[in-house]
Formats: sequence, structure tokens, C-alpha cells
Amino acid sequence: MLWLGLVAFPLYVMLGATVQSRIEYSTNGPLSLPRSFSLSNYTQDFSNGFGLYFLNTLIVTASVVGIVLLLVPPLAFSIVRSRSRGSVRIFRLFLLGLAIPAQAVIVPMFYVISKAGLYDNLIGVILPTAAFCLPVCALILTGTMRDITGELFEAMAIDGATTRRVFFQLVVPLSRGGLATIVVFSALQAWNGFLFPLVLTQSEETKVLTLGLYNFQTEHGIDIPGLLAAVVLSTVPVLLVYLFARRALVQGLMGVGGK
Amino acid sequence: MVVLTTPVEGERQRQRPRTGRGPSAHTVARPGIGWALPAALFFTLFAIVPLVLVAVLSFASWNGLEAPRFAGLDNWSGLLHDPVMIKSLWLSVLLTGLGVVTQTPLAILLGVWAAGRQRNRAVLSAVFFVPLLLSATAVSVLWRALLDPNFGVPAQARWLFGDGNLLGSRTGAISVLVLVATWQFTPFHALIYQGAARAIPEVLYQAAAIDGAGRVRRFFHITLPQLRNSVITSVILMVVGGLTTFDTVLILTQGGPGTDTSISAYYMYQKAFREFDFGQGAAIALLLVVVATVISLIVVRISGYDKMAGTKEGM
Repeated sequence: MLWLGLVAFPLYVMLGATVQSRIEYSTNGPLSLPRSFSLSNYTQDFSNGFGLYFLNTLIVTASVVGIVLLLVPPLAFSIVRSRSRGSVRIFRLFLLGLAIPAQAVIVPMFYVISKAGLYDNLIGVILPTAAFCLPVCALILTGTMRDITGELFEAMAIDGATTRRVFFQLVVPLSRGGLATIVVFSALQAWNGFLFPLVLTQSEETKVLTLGLYNFQTEHGIDIPGLLAAVVLSTVPVLLVYLFARRALVQGLMGVGGK
Repeated sequence: MVVLTTPVEGERQRQRPRTGRGPSAHTVARPGIGWALPAALFFTLFAIVPLVLVAVLSFASWNGLEAPRFAGLDNWSGLLHDPVMIKSLWLSVLLTGLGVVTQTPLAILLGVWAAGRQRNRAVLSAVFFVPLLLSATAVSVLWRALLDPNFGVPAQARWLFGDGNLLGSRTGAISVLVLVATWQFTPFHALIYQGAARAIPEVLYQAAAIDGAGRVRRFFHITLPQLRNSVITSVILMVVGGLTTFDTVLILTQGGPGTDTSISAYYMYQKAFREFDFGQGAAIALLLVVVATVISLIVVRISGYDKMAGTKEGM
């Protein structure tokens, strides 16, 4: 119950503040109930460039999810079903990768991305973000794929199915739960990413939401209602996804810790 | 699909019927290593190569513009003689330790609670886990606004906060960082415990109930010992996460007041991307990885090698 208060209180203050005008907020303080209701804080944020940041974040998120969906299912399939020793080694590589924090590689990442000519380009943000999603996603999806029984593979073998057909007609459909989890997980990572955009982009055109928030705070620190409205804006899509995909996300994260 | 037993890989292969409808029936199509290669290459290029490069760059001097030059042990001896560096490392460890101490009991209680089957649980736990979804940036900006000395909560409750400038003192700033980390990460660790608590066999509780053990005793003698492995996992994640906290410090305190909350990850950013001393930054980054790995190994060793120790270990 205490936790409920602890979680709900800041959220309440935040939502309350965003519908008040700046003057009203500073005279009444954060604890008072809003007496007026207006969405001008939100519209103002959009005129401050948040529309563009929104679009950039959307591009980054969609691309990261795309890369993850392209790379992880075949990877997990190979790890679970291949008898080659190489696949085991590759799995170990990813398990090792679980422990690499983004902070540890940010300096050389800056070097690599600059050398590749991708500095201040959204692609330069997308690639490392996707790479750092891979270990957890691989872990989640191999877990799901291991639950597919051997009999099903045999049944398909009797039908003379090729590896490719086994993958697309058996493994992918039966891994839907795991796939949903990795989509939600990587989308969340990409949407909330801060360090890579901070270090790897510079100009206004490539700014993502989290960076927009950070800059907004340093530039307009006094306009708390406007700032909090920006926080809400940056969070709404995430909360919507959470409402629809809570189960997938929660179970996937539970699996990561439990296994 | 109902599966009574899930045989492990090896057994599965042995159980495959050897007499079928001809040779072709035996050959189950298996993916080769080629299926794993694209992901492996991609990951190597953007995670493993930089990890190797960070070690290389820690022996170089590089300002971000010209080509890196070999600098021998300059960066490392520089770190040894840098009082801020030593302080930042100590701060990182302190903040991580405080985080573990505050988050673990809370997360265990929340997780065990959420694993139960009360009414309203689904709705309440949906609210509980909201902080998990917010970016560290959003969380930090939100708390900074809440704690603003002029317009935030402290200004309303001066009897509690004094002059209200919580982030202006060392103790205040450190407490705020611990509080915010707890707010943000406890739900995630609670999830880990929730999963593990669900897996505890009901029989244990039934047996304890027959022996007349109360709720508290059942918690300490059954639930906690059964959660041991999750405690280890969770603490390791907290250590790695704590040592690499960055966004929160950048937004909430900027390392201040002075260098009082300049933890290593922030100091690394400061050195590399503000003072353009990338070699120094790389050395700090490498040091952080080493420290995180060593602490993780210590946690595993302490908690994994004396299985007969009491039930409250790890708390």
C-alpha cells in the first residue's frame, strides 16, 4: 500500500501540474488540486519541436524493432536446434554480452560511428541500440523456442519439410509469445534510449524525445508545467503499449531474472 | 498444447524413433550456424569490437578529432593520481550499496505479494510497475521538478525539508539519487521475485501450515530460502546497473554539489565528452567494467558457496 502511494504521488503531481498554467502552478504549488484545466502546456511543447523529436524517436524505435525481428528469430532457431558447436559458442557470446553496459563502450562507439560517417545521423543511433537489445532478446526467444516439442519437428521432417519451412511454418508461429515480448522489450529500450543519442547526435534535426526532454530542462527549467507535459508526452505511447502488452512484457522480464 | 514432460535436447534426440518410413523420415531438418551468423556478426561489430577498442583506447591519447596516439600508461597513472577519480569510484560503490540495501527488501516484499492471488492484485500491480516503463530521463526530469527548491514539494513543506534545496547538499543529493533509483528499479526486481515466488512448491507451505507455522515464520523459513538464487541474480543486476547509472546523475545533480555525486560513469562522460580526453574516459570505462565484474563474482562466491548458512543471507 505504501508503495502505491510512493508510485502514485509523483504521477499525480505530474498530471496535476500539466493542466495548470505556469503562473497558477507557481502560486498554488504542486500539491494543490488544479483549479483550471487547459492543454496549452501540451500544445506549446509541440510548437517547441516535440513533434519532430516524436517522429525521430518513432523512426529509431521502428528500425530497432525491425532489426531485432530480422536477426533474433533465426539466431534463436539456430541456437536451439542446431547441432553445430559454433551455435553454442555464439550463444555464449551473447550471454557474455548481457553483462556489457552501454557506458562501457560509449567512447569507442563514438569512434566507430564517427569513422563510419554516421555521426549525427539516426542510423548511427539505431545500429548500436539494436545491438544492445540482442542479448536479452536472444535469451527470451531461445527460452520460448525450447518449449516447442521435438515431436513436432519430427512430424515436419516426415513430411519432408526443409529447414526454411520448419522455421516459417512451425517455429515462428509457435514462438508468437516470445516474439511479442522481444518486440515490446526492444521498442521500450529504443524509445527510452538516452546515452547513444546524447553522444552520437548533435543537431536539432536528429534529436529524439529523451534528448529533447533533457535540453528542455536545461533551457526552460522554470517552466515546470511545460516540462512535465513534455514528460507525459514522451511517455504516453509507452503506457499505451504497456496497457495492451502488459502480459508479454512482464512475463518476458520475469523469465530473464528467473532463469 | 499439453506437454507432460519436456525432455532436454540430448534425450529428445535419443527418443527419436529409429525405425520409420524409410531413411528420409529420420533426417530432421536442422538449421546450420549460418542462421546465427548475421546476428553474431552484427553484435560483434557493435558491442564486442567496441569493448575491445575501449581497452585499446585506454592506452591512447585522443581528443576526438585527430587520430589517437599511443600514450602508454599515461591514462592509468593519471587516474591513480586523480583525487576526483578515487572519490567517484567510492561514490559509485556507495550508491550501489545503498541501492541494494533499500531495493532488495522492498522488491522481495512486493514480488512475494504480487505472486499471491488476492483480489485487485492485477490492477494494483499494473500501477506498481509504471516506473519500470519510464525512461531514466523522464524519471529524472520528473523528480527534479518535484524537488525543485522554489516550485516543488519542498517549498510546500518547509517544516520537513528546511530550506528545501535537497540537491544542494551532499547528503541530500545522495539520498535523492538513492530514492529515485529505488522508485525506478524496485518494480523490475519485484518482477524477478514474483516469478521465483510463483515457482515455490505449494506443498512446502502446506507442510508448514500443518506444523502450525505463522505467516512470518513461513516467509523467513520457506519463501526467503527458496528465493536465494533470485536474490543473487537481482543483486548482480543491481550492482551492474548501479555502477553504470548515468542519466539520473546527469539530469538530477550534474555530479554536484561540486563533485559530491560525480560517480564514475558520469565522470567518464565528463572526461571524454566535455573535456575531450577520450583516452582517460576509456580508462575509466574499462575500470568500471572490471569493478562491476569483480563485485558480481564476489556476490556469487559469497552467496553460492555456503549453502548451509542461515536463511536470511542476502537480505
